[in-house]
Amino acid sequence: MAEVRLMKGNEVIAEAAIRCGCDGYFGYPITPQSEVMETLMIRKPWEETGMVVLQAESEVASINMVYGGASCGKKVMTSSSSPGVSLMQEGITYLAGAEIPALVVNVVRGGPGLGTIQPAQSDYYQTCKGGGHGDYRLIVLAPASVQEMNDFVDLSFELAFKYRNPAMILSDGVIGQMMEKVTLSPYKARWTDEEIEEISGSWATTGKKANRSKNVSTSLELDSDKQEEFNLHLGRKYKAMEENEVRYEKISCDDAEYMFVAYGSSARICQKAIEICRERGIKAGLLRPITLYPFPTKQIKEMVPQLKGVLSVELSMGQMVDDVRLAVNGAIPVEHYGHVGGIIHSPEEIADALETLIIKA
Amino acid sequence: MTEEIIIAGFGGQGVLSMGKILAYSGIMQDKEVAWMPSYGPEMRGGTANVTVIISDERISSPILQKFDTAIVLNQQSLDKFEEQIKVGGTLVYDPNGITKEPTRKDINIYKIEGNALATELGNAKTFNMIILGAFMKVKPILSLEDVEKGLGKSLPERHHKLIPMNMKAVQCGMDNIKVVQEL
Repeated sequence: MAEVRLMKGNEVIAEAAIRCGCDGYFGYPITPQSEVMETLMIRKPWEETGMVVLQAESEVASINMVYGGASCGKKVMTSSSSPGVSLMQEGITYLAGAEIPALVVNVVRGGPGLGTIQPAQSDYYQTCKGGGHGDYRLIVLAPASVQEMNDFVDLSFELAFKYRNPAMILSDGVIGQMMEKVTLSPYKARWTDEEIEEISGSWATTGKKANRSKNVSTSLELDSDKQEEFNLHLGRKYKAMEENEVRYEKISCDDAEYMFVAYGSSARICQKAIEICRERGIKAGLLRPITLYPFPTKQIKEMVPQLKGVLSVELSMGQMVDDVRLAVNGAIPVEHYGHVGGIIHSPEEIADALETLIIKA
Repeated sequence: MTEEIIIAGFGGQGVLSMGKILAYSGIMQDKEVAWMPSYGPEMRGGTANVTVIISDERISSPILQKFDTAIVLNQQSLDKFEEQIKVGGTLVYDPNGITKEPTRKDINIYKIEGNALATELGNAKTFNMIILGAFMKVKPILSLEDVEKGLGKSLPERHHKLIPMNMKAVQCGMDNIKVVQEL
């Protein structure tokens, strides 16, 4: 029977990791996501499923432990918050370059620098536009509820292994700290050595057998022709993700004349803003990207003919709005609205912003 | 039914745990619930608050500017949240330490001497449960049975022996809430 509990988003990440058969978690504490490792330490999964939980000496160490574990074909993960994820960027681009599947969870707080410990969504550029160097993409899932914090852990691993690519759950302090009702997933057993050999034997460093050549986990290629061919291969992989893995949700869009685009906590607040707008006689809807990469460009574009304007809402100075503008391609007005610095916009402020920035502008 | 509640007071008064018990009690009735705390430096003193939403439907925003009910346990919180109560909404407050009484005429206002009653009960820690009882008297969206189950879920098993005392405090709050103004 499904287990219903009242849990914090961060606690659920830990619980979902144990239940989906995760082999290892390597992390370093930082507000507002410390409950992930705290919950794992309380749950002691090493006694139950054999999952390793280790507090590393730094974020740099944790991401490299992830690189090591994941290179062996294991399901491993880390979690942090913005400044910690900045420290991990070298490791993340190496994972992408070596085509190693792994999960990184970012419970975003305000920046730049050490910034604030309060919620923000100001890491969109870092997550979706690079962060680390080189031509690479992360699979990025943006949960908007505690239930999705549960569901996206398993989904992230599934996609990461499907494409041999690191995945990121981009959450924020609201979703991490909030408690909601959650239906926990049933337990999946951790992969056995045989299963790892079957699933990832072509690339994972599981110990060379007599009947195959050695697997090397590296992102270094000094031959430019080979490097270009590798970059083109990555490009084809990203194109396949764009074709097959876009996830989104539309709310009240059928008759909408104005549309919010928002993810994570802002998407939740926009849902209330829609109610307020509709009480004021404004037909507003919401398109919520669930995958930030691949971005629902096509789905936004398809909405344009029925719309008079789009408001991109994000707890930032305006990052995702770039992708919304590319999707709309100048056809109708697109503006950004959002509080920053750890202040969270209210539903009323968003409804007002739609009127002042789009309708009356 | 959707009830949007803010509970606000000093860190250490049991504001967050009261919200948690309320949310768990909602789950016992198969409702949708959300519990959104202020977090960070507050837990080391100063004001703490938590938004609790209990609803029959999928909950939209956990971040709110207007509330059906404000449960207010110190002056700073009264100053901040009195104006954020919806017209026709409800304010429940503990007069202990309040120097500027609430002034709104378009809301229902109730008083509960939580601090004094907890002292009478001989356990200062039951304060938040007395307040919860007072809330349940004016907003009977949850039954006593749900709260008792909610307590059982929210307290670790080693503390289950404390449930009868907590339920006594809930009853005490229900019996002692006073009407200041009713619309």
